Amino acid sequence: MKPKESLLIKWSLVISVYLFCFLLLVLPLINVFMEAFADGLLAYWNAISQDHTLSAFLLTLKVALIAVPLNTIIGILAAFLLSRFIFPGKNILLTLIESPFAVSPVIAGLIFVLIFGREGWMRPVLNFLDWEIIFNTPGLVIATIFITFPFVTKELLPLMQSQGNEEEEAAILLNASFFKVFTKIIIPNIKWGLLYGIVLCNARAMGEFGAVSVISGHIRGKTNTLPLEVEILYNEYNSVGAFATASLLVLLSILTLIIKSILERKINTSTLEPSPNLTQDAK
Amino acid sequence: MNFQFRPYSKLTFSLTIGLVLFYTSMIILIPILGLFIKTFEFGMSDLMNVFKEQRIQDALILSFGTSLIAAIINMILGFLFAWTLVRYKFPGKKIINSLIDLPFMLPTAVAGISLTSIYSNNGWIGSYFHNFGIQIAYTPIGIIIALVFVGFPFVVRSVQPVLEELPKELEESAYCLGATRFQTFYKIVLPYLIPSCLSGASMAFARGVGEYGSVVFISGNIPGKTEILPLLIITKLEQYEYTQATAIALLMLTLSFSIMLSLNFWQARRSRYLI
Repeated sequence: MKPKESLLIKWSLVISVYLFCFLLLVLPLINVFMEAFADGLLAYWNAISQDHTLSAFLLTLKVALIAVPLNTIIGILAAFLLSRFIFPGKNILLTLIESPFAVSPVIAGLIFVLIFGREGWMRPVLNFLDWEIIFNTPGLVIATIFITFPFVTKELLPLMQSQGNEEEEAAILLNASFFKVFTKIIIPNIKWGLLYGIVLCNARAMGEFGAVSVISGHIRGKTNTLPLEVEILYNEYNSVGAFATASLLVLLSILTLIIKSILERKINTSTLEPSPNLTQDAK
Repeated sequence: MNFQFRPYSKLTFSLTIGLVLFYTSMIILIPILGLFIKTFEFGMSDLMNVFKEQRIQDALILSFGTSLIAAIINMILGFLFAWTLVRYKFPGKKIINSLIDLPFMLPTAVAGISLTSIYSNNGWIGSYFHNFGIQIAYTPIGIIIALVFVGFPFVVRSVQPVLEELPKELEESAYCLGATRFQTFYKIVLPYLIPSCLSGASMAFARGVGEYGSVVFISGNIPGKTEILPLLIITKLEQYEYTQATAIALLMLTLSFSIMLSLNFWQARRSRYLI
């Protein structure tokens, strides 16, 4: 026996979801494009083809290109370490890896200013090397690495835990080298989850604002990433410029969202493939 | 000491753990510890003095207050979304389900300027409220709206999986025993979902206190009125007031770490009781 679903309740709930979804999620997106095209196509094109925007775009790309691969490699290794081995302090390490999610981006920026800044404890070393980290590209890269570190591990860990290590064990018993096990078994098994983690990591790396804002010093054409450029243009009351630049970032996040939902389906189907030992834990 | 690395060799284990520990220490451990050590240099009395400043107290109340209100709204709104998405079939369900992740993906600065222009006095929604004499942007209401935008997906994503696994039998037997729909919901479903609601809401709260990008535009940053804690940190940094910036950061960090740790602890304890 099943309680009868009330249609009135159902549709009032569904309609309120539609309404909030539109007000809260869709409207801000539409608004970005409306404001960006407020003065027509030509103004939009002029705004995004500015030198400053272009150099901000290149810098954003550069920062992501350094931070994302580094975090991906260590992220895979960390997920491998946490899912395949037992060692004391494992939970502490996991908490440590996840901790950037709990730290406000502004504080992440502050931490690095305290280390490398004017009164920081790395100051003597930096002076000796005649190298600037704060208000310079390396600072942006370090802050971005800090913020985006947990993404890959967080996606891979549950996946690798549920897959178990039978295949790897068999390969090692057959005398395969670690490199071979890694490239022929581990990576192919986790490829969709890995891609998913990388996409999320990249979206955050390109869109990061708070941490980067503390460190960059807002030098136009030099240390300004796209989100910071949006801020500067907005504060200059250059609405079309700000929203046109923002529209590029919106396109990036919509693309990420699409890739994400495609990958989610792939991960679900790949973990559903029948294998008797799949759910056994790696203990 | 309990080590286990089979079927891998000890060398593989040592190399992996060495590399991961090195990277994690360089990027995360040393910087965060550095902040704590830096604070000890200042001494306790200096730190306490920082919180006597009126401007900082105002920012504290504003940040924690708005985050708390936003977290409560998020809990209700997130529950509504999760419930509707899990229980009903309706057109556009899949799209809405993926759109919910948008606030996680959208750069916060973009969300910030877009929300500001919608809710400012000549924006689409702001102008409507302006007719009634209510100003949204550049007031705490604006801050709350921005925090709802960034926070409600946390609640949806933590309630959704729990709701999906809620045994249908529970509700059916309650109904068979003569409970009304409201009683079933109130006495059976809600207690089952409250932990996940609360954990989602506390994640949203922690995020809200530290949120910068989406709030800084809509808040208007009037000292003492709409100046949030993260902005105050940046302001103090720009004035080279390192003690004050660090003290505020330490307070926020302690809070968000204790929320994270207690959530982990709580979930570990709960998973022992539940199947």
